[in-house]
Parts: sequence; structure tokens; C-alpha cells
Amino acid sequence: MSLEMLQNIWIGLIAVLWIGYFVLEGFDFGVGVLLPVVAKNEAERRTVLTTLGPVWDGNEVWLLVAGGATFAAFPEWYATLFSGFYLALLLILVALIVRGVAFEFRSKRGDVGWRRRWDIAITVASFVPALLWGVAFANIVRGVPLQLDANNNSQFVGNFFDLLNPYALIGGLTTLALFVTHGAVFLALKTEGDIRVRANKVAGQTGLVAAVLAVVFGLWTQLAYSNNPISWLPLALAVVAWVATLGMNRLGREGWAFVTSAVTMGMVVLFLFTCLYPNVMPSTLDPAATLTIHNASSTEYTLRLMTWVAVVFTPIVLVYQAWTYWVFRKRLSPSQIPNPHEGALDLPHEVHV
Amino acid sequence: MNALDLARWQFGITTVYHFLFVPLTIGTSFLVAIMQTAWFRTGDERWLRATKFFGKLLLINFAMGVVTGIVQEFQFGMAWSDYSRFVGDIFGAPLAVEGLASFFLESTFLGLWIFGWDRLSRGLHLTTIWLASIGTMLSAYFILAANSFMQHPVGYAYNPVTGRAELQDFGRVLFQNTTVTTFFHTITSCFLVSGTMVLGVSLWLMMRGKSVDVMRKTLSVGIISVLIAGIGVVFTGDAQAKIMVQQQPMKMAAAEGLFNTSAPAPFSLFKLGSIDGSAEYFSIDIPGLLSFMATGDWNGEVKGINDLQAEYTAKFGPGNYAPYVPLVFWAFRAMIGLGLIAVLFALFVWWRTRKGKVPSNKWLGWAAVTCVLFPLGGISAGWIFTEMGRQPWIVFGLMKTADGVSPTLSTGTALISLVTLTVLYGVLAIIEIGLLVRAVKIGPPETVELLPVDDDADNGRTLTFSY
Repeated sequence: MSLEMLQNIWIGLIAVLWIGYFVLEGFDFGVGVLLPVVAKNEAERRTVLTTLGPVWDGNEVWLLVAGGATFAAFPEWYATLFSGFYLALLLILVALIVRGVAFEFRSKRGDVGWRRRWDIAITVASFVPALLWGVAFANIVRGVPLQLDANNNSQFVGNFFDLLNPYALIGGLTTLALFVTHGAVFLALKTEGDIRVRANKVAGQTGLVAAVLAVVFGLWTQLAYSNNPISWLPLALAVVAWVATLGMNRLGREGWAFVTSAVTMGMVVLFLFTCLYPNVMPSTLDPAATLTIHNASSTEYTLRLMTWVAVVFTPIVLVYQAWTYWVFRKRLSPSQIPNPHEGALDLPHEVHV
Repeated sequence: MNALDLARWQFGITTVYHFLFVPLTIGTSFLVAIMQTAWFRTGDERWLRATKFFGKLLLINFAMGVVTGIVQEFQFGMAWSDYSRFVGDIFGAPLAVEGLASFFLESTFLGLWIFGWDRLSRGLHLTTIWLASIGTMLSAYFILAANSFMQHPVGYAYNPVTGRAELQDFGRVLFQNTTVTTFFHTITSCFLVSGTMVLGVSLWLMMRGKSVDVMRKTLSVGIISVLIAGIGVVFTGDAQAKIMVQQQPMKMAAAEGLFNTSAPAPFSLFKLGSIDGSAEYFSIDIPGLLSFMATGDWNGEVKGINDLQAEYTAKFGPGNYAPYVPLVFWAFRAMIGLGLIAVLFALFVWWRTRKGKVPSNKWLGWAAVTCVLFPLGGISAGWIFTEMGRQPWIVFGLMKTADGVSPTLSTGTALISLVTLTVLYGVLAIIEIGLLVRAVKIGPPETVELLPVDDDADNGRTLTFSY
């Protein structure tokens, strides 16, 4: 395999990791944002959160691996992107930290105020990254102010507020609306009773908002920033899959609605990557400072080595993660939550194994 | 303070903090797996109650380890972008492998373990905790391989065209002696921490008369873990010291505050002197001990800071090549001393609880709840020693810390993120400690009712665990 081929494989693999992340943590974010909307009492709130319980942490690892893979395969991209988007990433980090502990700590105590505070934390900390990932990706596709420094490295010379341009904000609202709908579709599939009914209804409403935003954002991206006409294809597929999602949701075919919704998330990522290719971070100031899969990559040795690692481990990971979803495939209902108002740490008797 | 200082403080604070949860997770997941295995094989319900109880403590802790870990991976790029460019070709690989081979494993299977009590057969459920435990250890291996490259870079070549270090031999990075000894030293110290935690919690509950039957069993698990780990820490630490003298002699010289090359070199238990080593006011020395630690020979020669400084100036050009000696000196002693206290405490507790005795001294109760702080402090001191002892280098002999920081990082941004993360971490620490104390006070479940595992059970069945 030549270096160029390996670079192509790795941009493909990184796209796959982001697809995994958007598909999986996308619904986690949506569920978090919708918590106050779809759950009206304590047992319902706990039911909603328990749908994420066994999987949210594994879902988040897709982000960690995407970050690690970018570091390993395209270190220049990793360095420029992460240092350039410092404050945006800090906000995302704070949100992910708060959200993770909120899931784990919330039900440990029965105190109403305690739970109320963690509920707010979950909603806000799901909202923020759902919005900011869209803002970040939109900025990458649009291009950011990069300049070559004395050592010939591309450096971000803008600031945090440069990232908050109208185009990127529409990108952020698009991912937010898509994730919220994806989360609602997931909840409709995974719950019974009132939550299921509400989630179905919410998905129909936010799904339309997402459709409008996605069409505006998609066309704007395609017409203004795409490097490749082929990116029309994932865009079209995303639209078709989304229409199918809305239709299936309306028909109450929750399994199919989730599948098509997941396809949409995947196609959105693929669309963004095909718009960029072969760039990974274009410069708005100096074409020489634009990072591409060629000038940002690792050496042939590292890429080849990492290819083998990915070939061996990725299928294994996919198998056991899929198995987890199979194990926890059943719908949940609020009646299954024992003593919903009691703190988990305050129960002296464990019931059943 | 400039952006560089702030970025260093942030890395130090976030890493030491992260590594309070990591050793507890690595050690405790293994010990819980042992307890569950004991239940699986004997059917003794006491082991099941122990598994449930320490499992709770594990989960509270695991959550903190996971979320603070994300910061670690991101801040290399955020705050240390020039470092990331320079070593990305090498350093990124173990990080990516860590994610793919271990993070997925530990998080997915821990999720299965937590929520899968009534969904998986007993054997399969037991397997999930073992896989999660293996995942945490694999993760430690890969990240320590990356760290060992910073301590002793191997398997690379410097490319003058790209101006970066490039990977030549991944096998050497993964399996160099620095990586292997560091891994075993770290893992054994994780068991020292977790063993002490299990021991302390068990003793405290026993003394309060709670679930004494269960706690007596887990007390033994804790004591055995501490004693085996204690021996392991000493031997692996000894091996590491000998390697360190070869690879980073300056760190060893700073650990002793040894300014002049000596044969034999003493080891001071306590020393007061001027920072530049020109005057020594007071010290308690053990003759020849440093020579023995460094070379295995009581009369062996150990190089001093002044000679090494001259050597490095000739090799790398003008500059200060010594770390901040007082910090390195005391961190080294804190590491050894605090670890030793944990081992001695375990021996003492074993003596006081043998033949079914339950001690009742008030001070011992306090010691029981706080004893985990000693090995935790020791492990933090160990990291501070090894990282500060490497200064001024970020990658020994290749890149200085000052050259690794992100050139785009402004003082304001660095300050915002340092303050944000420190305050957030502080608040979370208070919450986490509150929950742990609460969980410990309640103790193990008094009964665990067993229902048959039935994968096809009706949807309506009550969950064994829910958020």
C-alpha cells in the first residue's frame, strides 16, 4: 500500500469513527435534552435515563477513539484543530464531564433537590455538545483562519467568536435538531407507555425543524464549500433517509424509524467529509496553510501499523457493542423501576439477582 | 505566570486528579472480580454481598475516572500542540490503540456488568467484570508505553525535513524495559491503593458491627492485596530505579539532592540544604544506600547534578538541565514513605484482627477510613517525582517542555481553562467523597434475594439496577 492509499484509508476510518459517534452518542444527547419534555415524574425520568444506562459510556468511546486516531494518523490536523478550537473544546469537555457524572450520581440519593440539579445538568450538558459539534464541523468545512508559522506549521490565528458565524450556527442548530429527533426516535423504540407516546410526538415535531435546518445547511454547504460534486450523493441519501424516518415515526414503525434516523446521522458525517476531501482543515487566509490528508498525515510506517490494529480490533468492537444492544433490547417502562424515589445508596436490601 | 506555566499547572492538576480514580478503578475492578468469582465458585452469599458493596464503590469511582480521562486525551492537542506535532507519529499510536483495544472493552463490559445482573447467565456475567478489569489494565499498559517514550525515547528517528520524530519500531516503544517496569510498578501500586481501600472500609464496618461476616472476608482480601502489592512495588521500584540511573541519571541525582558524583553515595532520610547544593545544614544519611538502589552495589558510583549539568551542556548546549531539586527530593521520599505506611498499617491490622478479634480503639476507626489517602498520596508523589524529575524535558533529550506548549495559547485562555477545570474538579471531588462516605456508612446489603436469570422474562419485571 502506498502512502497516499494509506492516507485515504485513514481519512475513511476517521469518518467511520465520527459516524459511529454521531449515530450512537447522537441519541444520547437527544435523550438528555428531552429528559424534561418526555418524562413527567420520577419513575419516568429514571426510565428514560436507564435506556442509556448500559450504553452511554461505550458510545462516548467513539469520540475518544476518533480523537486518538486523528492524533495517530493526522497529527498536524489534531494539533492545529485542538489548539485552535481550544475554548469550544473546553466547553464540550466540561459538558461531557458533568453529563457523565450526572448519569452515575443522580439516582444515588433520594433528595429531590439533588435530583433536580442533576436533571438540569443532564439537559444543559447534552444540549451544549449537541450544538457545538455542529458548530465545530461547520467551521472546519467552511475553513478557518490558518497561517503558517516560522516552523511551517499551520496555526489557528482566529478566536473563539470567529467560530460563531451564521453558517456555523445553522450547522450547530442542525446537529442539535437532528440529535434531539434521533434521541426521541430511540426513546420511542426503547420505552413503553406515556414516554413512548410523547417521544413519538416530539420526534414528529423536532424532525420537521431538523428537516428544514438540514436542507438549508446542506445546500449552503454543498454550494458554497464542497470540493466534490459527489457529496451531493450522501446529502441526497441523508434527505431520503430523514424523510423515511419521519414517515416511519408517523406510522409507529419505531425500529425502522431508528434505522433510517441512524442512516441519516451517518450520511451527514459522510457528507461533511466528502465536502472536505482531500482537505481536513482549509485555511481562509492562505491556501498554503490548508491542511490536507497529505500534508497533515503520519508516516507510512505508522499508518500501516495502525491499519493493522484497526483491521483486527474494529470488527471485534463492533461485535461486542452490537451484542450489548441485543442484551438490552427490551423496552423499559416506569413500573420496572423499583422504589423510584429512594436513593440507590440508601437501600439496605438488594432485591434479586 | 505565562501560558506555559498555566498549561503546566493544568496538566499537573488534571493528571494527578485523574490518577486518583484510575488506580482505584484498576485495583478495585480486579478485587471485585475476585469476590464475584469466589461467589460463583462457592455459592457463599457473603461473597455476593461483598461484590455488590464494593461494586457500588467501584462505580462511583469509575464514573470520575472516565470523565476526567477525556480531558487527558484532548489537552495534548489543546495546550501542547507543538509537542503533539513533534511526537504525534509515535505518541498518537499507543493512544489510538488504547482507545480501540481497551476503552471500548472496559466501558462496554462494565455497562454490561452493571445492568446485566438479570440479563446474563452467572458465568457470562462474571466474564464481563473480568473483561472490564482486563480492559483497565490494558489501558494502563498503552498509556504507560506512551509515557515511557517521553522518559526514554526509543524506536524512532528524527526527520530533519519535517522537523519531527518519526516511528521506526513500534515493538520497541511497546516493549522497552522502561515500559515494562513502569507498567508493573504502576499496577502493583494500584493494588496497594485498592487493597488499602478494601481493608480500611472492611475494618471500619467491622468495628461498627456491620455485616461483620462479610467484612471479615473482604478484610483478608484487602490485607493480602496490600502485602502482595507491597512486595511487588518494592521489587519493581528497585528495577525501575536501576533503569532510571542508566536512562535519566539526572532524575536519580535530584531524587537524592546529590550534587557531586559519589562512590559510595548515601541516601538521606531527611535533608535541609541550599537549593544549589552549595551548603548542607542538616541531614540523616544511610551510607551507601543510594549506590545500592542505583547500581545494586553498596559502593557503586552515582553521578551528581553538577557533573551531569556539565555533560548535558556539552551535549545539548547552554541551559539548566536539572529539575527543581527540593520538589523531586521530597516527592521521592513521599512516594516511598506513604507506600510504606500503607504496608505497615496492613500488617498492624492483620495483627489486631487475627483469630477473630475486632478492635475497638477510636483512633483505629479514623485510621481505617483515612488510610487509603496514604497510598493515594504515595502514587501521586510518584507521578510528580517522575514527571518533574524529567524537567526541563518533555521528551527526554529531544524536546524541552517550554517548546511543546501550543504557540497559539494565550495567557487568558490558559487561565480560563485552568480555573474552570480546577473549580469543576474541586466541586466534583466534594460530591464524590460525599457519595462514597454515604455508601460506606450503609455498608453491604443485608440480604440479596436471588431470582432465576431469564432472558425471555416478561418486559414488566422489576430491574435489578436502574439510573
